[in-house]
Amino acid sequence: MSKTFIKKSNLNISQNGLEKPASSKRLEVLKTYKIYIGGQFPRTESGRYYTPVNAAGKKLANVCLSSRKDFRNAVVAARSAFSGWSGRAAFNRSQILYRMAEMLEGRKAQFIEELILHDSTKLKAEKEVNLAIDRLIYYAGWCDKFQQLYSSVNPVASSHFNFSVPEPMGVVSIIAPQNDSLLGLVSVIAPVIAGGNTCVVLASESKPLCSVTFAEVLNSSDLPGGVVNILTGSVKELISWFADHMDVNATIYCENDSDTRRMIQEKSALNLKRICLYDKINWYSDEGQSPYFIMDTQEIKTTWHPVENIAGAGAGY
Amino acid sequence: MITSSKIHLPDFSLSPHIDQVGVEERAARFTTRSIKKETKLNGLKLVLNMIDLTTLEGKDTEGKVKQLCYKAQHLHDAYPGLPTVAAVCVYPSMVKTAKKAVEGSGIKIASVATAFPSGQSTRTVKISDTKYAVAQGADEIDMVISRGKFHEGEYNFVFDEIAAVKEACGEARLKVILETGELGTFDKVRRASDIAMYAGADFIKTSTGKIQPAATMPVTLVMLEAIRDFYYKTGKMIGMKPAGGISKSKLALRYLVMLKETLGEDWMNNEWFRFGASSLANDVLMQIVKEKTGVYQAANYFSID
Repeated sequence: MSKTFIKKSNLNISQNGLEKPASSKRLEVLKTYKIYIGGQFPRTESGRYYTPVNAAGKKLANVCLSSRKDFRNAVVAARSAFSGWSGRAAFNRSQILYRMAEMLEGRKAQFIEELILHDSTKLKAEKEVNLAIDRLIYYAGWCDKFQQLYSSVNPVASSHFNFSVPEPMGVVSIIAPQNDSLLGLVSVIAPVIAGGNTCVVLASESKPLCSVTFAEVLNSSDLPGGVVNILTGSVKELISWFADHMDVNATIYCENDSDTRRMIQEKSALNLKRICLYDKINWYSDEGQSPYFIMDTQEIKTTWHPVENIAGAGAGY
Repeated sequence: MITSSKIHLPDFSLSPHIDQVGVEERAARFTTRSIKKETKLNGLKLVLNMIDLTTLEGKDTEGKVKQLCYKAQHLHDAYPGLPTVAAVCVYPSMVKTAKKAVEGSGIKIASVATAFPSGQSTRTVKISDTKYAVAQGADEIDMVISRGKFHEGEYNFVFDEIAAVKEACGEARLKVILETGELGTFDKVRRASDIAMYAGADFIKTSTGKIQPAATMPVTLVMLEAIRDFYYKTGKMIGMKPAGGISKSKLALRYLVMLKETLGEDWMNNEWFRFGASSLANDVLMQIVKEKTGVYQAANYFSID
């Protein structure tokens, strides 16, 4: 997947036998955009790539065109990371999300540059990156608080202490928003992992650069490998696998293509996946962040705990 | 039992040396075969039929063994037409329970014996351990060799011990566990394989599953080649059982490729080849259902043991 080829004829051999470029201009070292599975950066097993272009027609990079087998491997990684991640103290998850924000802040310039390559303006790109950082902080704060808000102690007509608490669903497959390639990505990943789920994300197909760089941020943020897995590639090719894999518990889809939505709904029925459709969300506004996004991938568990009722001593815990 | 009057016993200290680099390269070549669709499905079914479904824990209970025996006969009833596994492998104290639980199914009961897994006990104890398991109804005995004696160079001791256990087995088939993870080099694996086969083993087996590394493709290849050489010399077929660490169907299929290309068609059945495994069965089942439905499967929908 190398992007630049050097023709021999452009090189001179100096007296000491070393090659030196014909011009004095330094040859830029280009980044290889790889996918992120289980805390590693493999290339797609298929060996395929595609080359997204921006509005000006500039080729941005060669990016992995992931296959269904990459998705399968990512689900295995996400499933095996689930018990560890969901078993962590909520406070610790909060610390890690905060750390992600810190790392993102430190690499702001790179993200702004990539967003500008993807046709954003400097001003808009700055705003998007700042909002993405703030969004991580926002969900970091919610990690150990939403449970209290959405839990309840329920009145029952028997001698039981009855309470309901939210618990993470498991592995969530996510088709990230196509347009807001950084802010949208962060806005869908953060609530899912804040609640203790793990996920496999298909990044924006036309604007994938930020997502791969974001994976590098995740990799240096104490986030255990496998909690977030990021693939790049074709939505059309992969979406049915995202919807029908039996080991995926919920699917998030952020576009409004009605045929695709119907297909997701049909395939999800196989194992009763929960489907979250976020097509009308403006990720720049306040409606782009809410603890309800966390609750979208939570199950409510109700527990009946027997309590002794001694000598008519009234209800008590 | 093979007596020295029929077959000339070789000097085991002269067993062939193994080219480690060559074996590893050859073993790696087997992983490059592409097996798809119908062939893959048939391969997976063959793998299932070659499994020795195993539970060898201190915490094993009768209930757990019965459950395992049920699983052995009903791998995944939602998908009809699947074979059963070859055998259930347990400790001697569980043989009776297991034998009763698989009655009439054709599934064999294999029992480990001879102070499994370390083998650090006296000959008397090992013989009586074996006789007990056979008397309880075991069809196959998985014995361990005395690795300590082997490292001391006491090849005659190891040979005599295997021969004595073989005698105690009676009708039961004998699998000899070399515990390759404790032998150290391919040369020693080859030598131990030769000793076991000449002493009367029906099967040679890589590992107890209690020591890392357990079965690997190169070590299995060394043993398969020992079996091949023994067959050319004596005309007697010996079975092979890699055990421990084979938990994915892709890897199991690669072992079958290696078996086919080393020993050939005659060994491609559960009379001559076994996988010692517990979690492999579910992974194979998930792949079979994936081939059938086109949908990737989740462990949640398959029985635990």
